Amino acid sequence: MNLLNISGSPHVHSDESTKKIMWRVNAALVPALLVAIAYFGINALLVSIISVASCVLFQWLIEKYILKTPTTVGDGSAVVTGLLLAFNVPATVDMMWIVVIGALFAIGVAKMSFGGLGKNPFNPAIAGRIFLLISFPVQMTTWPQVGGLFPMNFDLATGATPLGAFKEGALPTDVTFMDAFLGHIGGSMGEVSALAILLGAAYLCWKKIITWHIPVTFIGTAFVFSGILWLIDPTAYMDPVMTILTGGIMLGACFMATDMVTSPMAKSGQLIFGFGCGLLTIVIRNWGAYPEGVSFAILIMNSVTPLLNRWCKPKRFAN
Amino acid sequence: MKTFRMGGVHPEENKISNDAAIEVMPVGKQMVVLMNQHLGAPATPIVQKGDKVKVGQLIGEAQTFMCANVHSPVSGTVTKVEPCKDAFGLAKPAVWINVEGDEWMETIDRTPDIKRECTLEPKEIVAKLKEMGIVGLGGATFPAHIKYSIPEGKKAEYLIINAAECEPYLTSDYRVMMEHAEEVCIGVSILRKALGVPNAYIGIESNKPLAIAKMQEMAKQFEGIIVEPLKVKYPQGAEKQLINAVTGRRVGSGKLPIDSGCVVSNLGTAFAVYEAIQKNKPLIENILTVTGKELPSQHNYIVRIGTTYNEIISHSIGQLPETTGKVISGGTMMGKAVVNLDAPTVKGNSSVLVIGEKEARRAPETNCIRCGKCASACPMGLEPYLFSLLVKNNRVEEAKAHNILDCIECGCCFFSCPANKPLTDEIRLGKNKVRAMMAAKK
Amino acid sequence: MTQQILIAVLVLGALGIFFAVVLYIVAQKFKVVEDPLIDEVAEVLPGANCGGCGKAGCRAFAEACVSQGNMEGLRCAPGGDAVMAKIGQLLGCAVEQGEPQVAVVRCNPANCGDKRKSNYDGLRSCAFQNTVYTGESGCPFGCLGCGDCVAACQFDAIHMGENGVPVVDADKCTACGACAKACPRRVIELRNKGKKDRRVYVSCVNKEKGAVAMKSCANACIGCGKCAKVCPMEAITVEGNLSYIDYKKCIACRKCVTECPTKAIKDVGFPTPAVKPAPKPAEAPAAEKVEVPVAEKVEVKN
Repeated sequence: MNLLNISGSPHVHSDESTKKIMWRVNAALVPALLVAIAYFGINALLVSIISVASCVLFQWLIEKYILKTPTTVGDGSAVVTGLLLAFNVPATVDMMWIVVIGALFAIGVAKMSFGGLGKNPFNPAIAGRIFLLISFPVQMTTWPQVGGLFPMNFDLATGATPLGAFKEGALPTDVTFMDAFLGHIGGSMGEVSALAILLGAAYLCWKKIITWHIPVTFIGTAFVFSGILWLIDPTAYMDPVMTILTGGIMLGACFMATDMVTSPMAKSGQLIFGFGCGLLTIVIRNWGAYPEGVSFAILIMNSVTPLLNRWCKPKRFAN
Repeated sequence: MKTFRMGGVHPEENKISNDAAIEVMPVGKQMVVLMNQHLGAPATPIVQKGDKVKVGQLIGEAQTFMCANVHSPVSGTVTKVEPCKDAFGLAKPAVWINVEGDEWMETIDRTPDIKRECTLEPKEIVAKLKEMGIVGLGGATFPAHIKYSIPEGKKAEYLIINAAECEPYLTSDYRVMMEHAEEVCIGVSILRKALGVPNAYIGIESNKPLAIAKMQEMAKQFEGIIVEPLKVKYPQGAEKQLINAVTGRRVGSGKLPIDSGCVVSNLGTAFAVYEAIQKNKPLIENILTVTGKELPSQHNYIVRIGTTYNEIISHSIGQLPETTGKVISGGTMMGKAVVNLDAPTVKGNSSVLVIGEKEARRAPETNCIRCGKCASACPMGLEPYLFSLLVKNNRVEEAKAHNILDCIECGCCFFSCPANKPLTDEIRLGKNKVRAMMAAKK
Repeated sequence: MTQQILIAVLVLGALGIFFAVVLYIVAQKFKVVEDPLIDEVAEVLPGANCGGCGKAGCRAFAEACVSQGNMEGLRCAPGGDAVMAKIGQLLGCAVEQGEPQVAVVRCNPANCGDKRKSNYDGLRSCAFQNTVYTGESGCPFGCLGCGDCVAACQFDAIHMGENGVPVVDADKCTACGACAKACPRRVIELRNKGKKDRRVYVSCVNKEKGAVAMKSCANACIGCGKCAKVCPMEAITVEGNLSYIDYKKCIACRKCVTECPTKAIKDVGFPTPAVKPAPKPAEAPAAEKVEVPVAEKVEVKN
């Protein structure tokens, strides 16, 4: 007979694991990926594959040759980073090499230099995106326009996103709410379709990987705040429905602000976090230099997370 | 349906021994009776080598406050009074008895008649609980006479009987309800009388519909017994959670249930109380479940205290299966892993649970991903991940400031941790460190 | 243009002066008057903050020295006599010379490892494992092997050996006592280093009766007392089935080592006897004169 195992209680485990969580997040990203491929065609597919492959490769290389620790690429977290990074860039030919640099920054600097999964203060995909946005401003804001379904050519027509156009002057009149909801607009490849993102978010909620707190407060705050501005001056500010449907608010609120590692743990902290993200996004969009502020907003709130973890304690049973 | 207010998990119930009726385990050739089968100081042996003892005879006397009497579970000759290794390999004072026949004390009523009337006064009941060595059978083995002596200035308003049996696998309480509902209700009435409270509540998790029906039926014949079905959620049967579920009250930090006007006893205790008060039978038997997915058969037994684990195993299933990974005394969430199978059982043992090698092994620990699942699973609203960090870095003061001592060690945090961190272990270690620090300060 | 530069210079200059004044006032107001001697003493100390002296750190030790004015009851073990002498000079007081000490792990690794009786699967912490059960070897007194001592050592002087029992690197060990404090079973003891680094000690802390102790470990001290009888210095006492060698009395004659029936007594630092490194069992009687268990010789460093 085997030796008896001895440990303190409990002697069972829920079978939940980091690996399962990460692969479920990947599964939740699939609808948005499919929409991206449908609208941006082979470019989107290639950029995603390159991004994921380079994230995984960099993590493997760093763990094997620099940290000399057992590899953890199997847990799927590098794949999540790769997909989210790809979702945050436009699906153009240029991106196929630029995204590799983004992946190196995201994995090498934003994640592994802090000690790997669980220890990074900032969401690696967001850090990677911002690094690219600052380093390659032109390529990062050359948005392919959505043509038909499944375009197989590499050179898609480019143009401004609704947000960019609005910043320049006025919202293109031909963009309807439905277009924005389904994703028939220009933009980064993963952010265009609110529907696909909400599908993924619903799956994550069902699997109890995310809770409603951050997405709802994030989107809600953005909606209310932009609504107030819009009521004050409908010509100078975008209307609130369009505000939350365009740009990265949906993607950010559902997938990037909810990143377990970089968001607060207590529910009350999550509410503040979501509120801060929504507020900062609208502030940056309306009064900042960039047309889009989601990633900056999340990054700033990431840096506040340790404080929120300190201040916001769960309700004690016995107080 | 009632439940407690925060946290909790739902492990697989695995009540596979539900339908196994209680059998009587035969008495072995030699019995070892440990002297500390309860919370507190060990009892003092009052027999010597060569003494003849009868079943139910007092052999260990409670001489300090936090202590309980120990009685002989068998008749025979005392061979030695020497330490014996307990289930965890640690030597404990014990009385070794060679079994000869099965001669019971004359005072014990062994007839099958059920006696309903109890004419004793509350004080007499408590005295008799002490005399009979009754302890809480929910796991903590807290001496019953101390629990039922309400301190000056405090008043019991609720008596709550814990029949939730929220631990996976365990079915001994369920079987007692199914087979001895009347005795249990009499026991509860006696306890109610001892406390002088208007109502006693029996909390039963709703995954035991037959037991709920049976108890409700029986409770109608008694005054002031209310059966309360509870939601199936672990740790529904934890003292503070049960109080919260049944009464809505909350026991404060560092406080006892009586501070909230509640007294909680286990269902098995109520049955033991019945036997002690009405039948004069001291606590010399355990009702325990022999179960496990790997085992060929499932059993519930009534076992004399002092029977070794090996005797129980060989009588019930012959031998442990090849795939055995762990033998647990108690349930999977709060039970203790047994290392010494030659050790005698003690009061409060509720099961011999066998777990396969695969299930028993903990998965390797990985980085904390700060998901907060431990905090949302914690029924006390604590932050296990934080304790893990603080304990590792020896920041004992801070751990105390974050109420580490409120932890009830239910294991929900480890159960739900996707990184497989031994959070419950770390918190236990932290609690020990905090207590050591507080002791050093005094 | 010049005007702009001028404004910038003036503004920054004004700010600089303003903050300098503020800083000066604050520094004056919150000035902490401290004996400069404390700094000097702290300078001499090793600065490892090991806590071996019982103070919170080297600075606290220096403060204690200065406020006390003498060195009674204060000793920096890692610094040794050299550092103590320097502090004595600074304070102008006499310093007791201490015998250099070293940490000794009093548990025999030979029996553990493959003879485990259970598999510990919980938190890797001796302090915690000690609250769960006896440990993998089944010995309720011996080393638990989770390395609380290794984690406690500030000097990288103690490491887990192959058998799951820690091994002390005597060259690095400063006898600060952190490992001994960290050990929940008090297996580790500080003992005098001994002349030429030669030490004899009972490598067991099991107080169970002989037969019981032997069940969990073949090298357990069974408290037979043979060592005490043979000791010319009366340095060995047997108490509670366990013998103990008083290192102050021991002259390292090693009579007890050869006498011990379970080889629980270890000698360290003695030259390897002239016999072949691994004598066959048949040859063993021939080497009776210099019979020193060869297996024990491997660990000269302990």
